Amino acid sequence: MNNPESLMYTKSHEWLHRDGDTYEIGITDYAQSELGDIVFINLPNVDDEVVSGEALADVESVKAVSDILSPVSGTVVEVNEELLDAPEKINEAPYHAWIARISSVTDVLETLTSAQYEEFLKQEE
Amino acid sequence: MNLIFELSQPGHGTEYFPQSDVPEIALPENLLRKSALRLPEVSEVDVSRHYSRLSKQAFGVNSGFYPLGSCTMKYNPRVNERIAALPGFSAVHPLQPADTVKGCREVMDQAKELLCAVTGMDGMTLQPAAGAHGEFVGMLLIKKYFDKRGQQHRKKMLVPDAAHGTNPASAVMAGFDVVNIPSCENGCVDIDALKAALDDNIAGLMLTNPNTVGLFDPNILEITQLVHAAGGLCYYDGANLNAIMGRVRPGDMGFDVVHLNLHKTFSTPHGGGGPGSGPVGCKQALIAFLPHSRMYEPDASEDSIGQVRAFYGNFAIVVRALSYIFSLGADGMREASETAVLNANYLMHQVAKYFPLAFDTICMHEFILTLEKVKQDKGVSALDVAKALLDEGMHPPTMYFPLIVHEALMLEPTETESRDTLDEAAEAFKRISETINSNPERLHESPVTTPIGRPDEVAAARNPVLRYQYE
Repeated sequence: MNNPESLMYTKSHEWLHRDGDTYEIGITDYAQSELGDIVFINLPNVDDEVVSGEALADVESVKAVSDILSPVSGTVVEVNEELLDAPEKINEAPYHAWIARISSVTDVLETLTSAQYEEFLKQEE
Repeated sequence: MNLIFELSQPGHGTEYFPQSDVPEIALPENLLRKSALRLPEVSEVDVSRHYSRLSKQAFGVNSGFYPLGSCTMKYNPRVNERIAALPGFSAVHPLQPADTVKGCREVMDQAKELLCAVTGMDGMTLQPAAGAHGEFVGMLLIKKYFDKRGQQHRKKMLVPDAAHGTNPASAVMAGFDVVNIPSCENGCVDIDALKAALDDNIAGLMLTNPNTVGLFDPNILEITQLVHAAGGLCYYDGANLNAIMGRVRPGDMGFDVVHLNLHKTFSTPHGGGGPGSGPVGCKQALIAFLPHSRMYEPDASEDSIGQVRAFYGNFAIVVRALSYIFSLGADGMREASETAVLNANYLMHQVAKYFPLAFDTICMHEFILTLEKVKQDKGVSALDVAKALLDEGMHPPTMYFPLIVHEALMLEPTETESRDTLDEAAEAFKRISETINSNPERLHESPVTTPIGRPDEVAAARNPVLRYQYE
């Protein structure tokens, strides 16, 4: 599995990318492959306050609906509206299909490096 | 096959309107249609053949073995249909004066009383139309309870991660904040996680017992006591009641509110044969909040959450459920549950020879296989096996649920299947496991004997066509 080294990961299978004060959040390749074909995504609104460890968005696949947990506390400054019409982009390129950008971050949960995340996936199996 | 709209030919329709037995009245102009109804014009014999063809393409409990886990697809006894068809039940109108339908009201009162006896509750409403509607009503009862006590801050509803997906959805719709609590490895409530989640803001806990992996939680009394001690109420999801009828009652386990699925446990039609019915029972402290029907109970409590369904709910389904209860009697209902558990354990031991169990222990009324390793080793998924079972002439088990088990197949044979049927199902699993070893690729092609192979579920979900598109 190819999990880019430039990203940080959570044990609940989100990835995050820090760019200055802004964090970009998506779900990992493992998450999309476990979920199967994603058919719908519910995005947060711009200006929403999100709390680390709580739901940021939810995705629906043919198997199930799952919450995407926010790894950070902060304010949503941008959402990827392109995913509303094309949720399959998450399956096709999970590390390009960012879901939301969050600023004014006050808290970041413990994250893993790509090597640590791959180790974590091995233990899970 | 064609839709009935596609069978339409101008002039082929037949209109049989009986002579009106009430005086005609003229509607105001603004309420009248401006265009003709676009009904398909099809002759009676072609309509009849159309629906016969459709019925042959469907699979129901009358077509074959239907071990759809968590759904209790038991046989629907014909005697229930005969009772429900009696003119005193089938030819009444919900708007006729209440004192002209005393028999129907007696049926509802008896049904409430007996369902209370089965669940250990003090009060019952028959209005909710199905299970999730019942959950929502149960949540509204709990909300009203805290509102009346001036405890509006109690908004946290605990839901284990193994719960049916409708549980958190119902709680959110009723205005609660859902807090997910992790389960133990065996799918039971993690007592430490529960304790950690309890505080002064707790409204309650929603629980299925036996739980969604088919195991009875051995700590159930401690669980409900902990929730009560924190000031919360306990909600029982009745989806799995078929495992314990006549043996143990949710009320005695410490639950305050219960929903039932008459279309599961009480043998009324399920799925396309519906409609469903999801009565909700509660303990004394919540009775004042139960829904009421304005016509049927004009002096109902001021504190009622109001009417949640037109008229009396799905009354004809309640008639069928009462017919079932009277047919079986108390001993028969206990025996039904015992046989459901015995059948599940028998089938589990047969199938476990060919596929790994998610939890290798005595189960209640259902059990789960996990195909995670089969998928890794052979590339055959739970979906592939489910599709292959269609070619074996049986309905597939529930797939990919509960979410805590990977590549899950969940089987619930119910008490109405014979040992022969269970043995045949085990043989089907055996044949499929042999195919997995000899020619796993073939599983990706199944089913090959059904009118439709593998529908494109992704396209259907992304671009649903929900009604006929007129040209």
